[in-house]
Amino acid sequence: MTLDEVLAKLQSRFPQAGVQKVDTQPDAHLSVDAKGILEVLRFLRDELQFETLANLGGVDLLAESKLVVVYHPFSYTHKLIVPLKVTVNREVGVKVPSVCSIYKAANWLERETYDMFGIDFEGHPDLRRILLPDDWKGYPLLRDYKTPDYYNGMPIPLYFGDPPDEGKPAHGGEA
Amino acid sequence: MSETLLHKDQNTENLRTDELLINMGPQHPSTHGVLRIVIVTDGEIVKSVRPDIGYLHRCKEKHSENVDWMAVAPFVDRMDYLASMNNAMGYAIAVEKLLNVEVPPRAEYIRVITSELQRIASHLMAFGTYGLDMGAFTPFMHAFRDREKILDIFEAMSGARLLYNYMWIGGTMRDLTPEIITAIKNFIKYFKPMMSEYDNLVSYNKIFIERTKDVGVMDKAFCYTYGLTGPMLRGAGVSWDLRKDMPYSIYDKVQFDVPVGKGEMGTLGDCWDRYIVRMREMAESCKIIEQLIDNIPAGPHRARVAKKLRVPKGEVFSRTECPRGELGFYIISDGSEIPYRVKVKSPCFLNVSTLDDVSRGLMVADLVATVGSLDIVLGEVDR
Repeated sequence: MTLDEVLAKLQSRFPQAGVQKVDTQPDAHLSVDAKGILEVLRFLRDELQFETLANLGGVDLLAESKLVVVYHPFSYTHKLIVPLKVTVNREVGVKVPSVCSIYKAANWLERETYDMFGIDFEGHPDLRRILLPDDWKGYPLLRDYKTPDYYNGMPIPLYFGDPPDEGKPAHGGEA
Repeated sequence: MSETLLHKDQNTENLRTDELLINMGPQHPSTHGVLRIVIVTDGEIVKSVRPDIGYLHRCKEKHSENVDWMAVAPFVDRMDYLASMNNAMGYAIAVEKLLNVEVPPRAEYIRVITSELQRIASHLMAFGTYGLDMGAFTPFMHAFRDREKILDIFEAMSGARLLYNYMWIGGTMRDLTPEIITAIKNFIKYFKPMMSEYDNLVSYNKIFIERTKDVGVMDKAFCYTYGLTGPMLRGAGVSWDLRKDMPYSIYDKVQFDVPVGKGEMGTLGDCWDRYIVRMREMAESCKIIEQLIDNIPAGPHRARVAKKLRVPKGEVFSRTECPRGELGFYIISDGSEIPYRVKVKSPCFLNVSTLDDVSRGLMVADLVATVGSLDIVLGEVDR
């Protein structure tokens, strides 16, 4: 089975999910609408033997003002990865359906993506921060993220030396 | 004490047990790093478990977006600090796919030899610390004695003992000298009989078997849905190894077997099965090194790669078989001198995520056995 065969099956089965092939080099991927990702992944797992989820992650496309969630379901039977991308508007708390019910691996991977990009995975059983402290502000892997100078009154050391005065930026020069 | 002497209130029917919240870690010898586990116990039984990670989060993915392509490699070394060579090889292979660079054969040989040596070193660490978890201190000393010899070889190769920065994009940092090749040969000659010593000491030890068999069972379906790979998956009886089934580098030229768990001591996919898969993999790594070490082709040890790399626009998801499972790199390049996005899919991250599911109903001591059998490195979990 190849990516094109999977594409043909998905397009005939889910015409409303907007499955399109994008020829990125060297790995091509399929783009899917956010509302269709759940049924597409369920179909891949149940009927095309994509038994596991090899990866799930986020990408921030600052220039296009979009956020992307990338899924890499993998089939041990066909030895094939089908990269799927869901593109949504670039805003904090944007909704993407959670795929935890299909692959349990998605549970922590979605928490990580939420932690870093602020994407709200709808239907996730336990959407909390995972790598950062619970009271951290902001989503660090957004490309316009600015590291705060203080966390709970503690200066965040970005360089070696004395901590900056309160109110003065510790890095970058301009406030 | 006869029943008549018991006070009415001491009757066990009236005794009530409460759920108790226990913190294990973050500084705890059996959590293999800084992992905090909040355990809800009912007496000695684990009711639920909440792993709390992030103590070793060093923003590697964010850093990678701010430095050039070559400068990411040392970060990758520091993720899984017990298997730096394997990690860096995974990153190098991913970037080479983007660059479409062919690595010289000599470099491929050196890479595979070093990463198999690193696999032995990493599994030795897993073996030693697992012994510690089970209350046996001696295996730890044996494992460290032998791991030290591998670190000496790596020190001669790269100048560092733990974080090597040896696998560069396009090849390796330095060439192998004849002295190092002799040292590797001597090590393999020394190490092969040692493995039966480990087996006598730990693997078939009655106490060890009783502690690990039928504990923390993960079957095939469980591994699939949690995305578990490497020794976890093979411990569940699935014969899957990227080196064998989707070979990269020169793994298609070498003969080796893929050890799988068979439920020899108890249930298929228990802690003992995962443990024995690692032990048997060390023997397979020796086999691979023996096949390659005498036939290293002459030639350059690095492809001609520009000092300041410009990687063509594109994206790649590449996986390699690391000692702890399949390490994936999802890399996007926008055609500039620094990566646009480097997403690391760490195998241990998913291993830890299974803890709640697998440990419900276990005894607390068996939870320690289960955590040990995951062979986690928190540096890689948190990145």
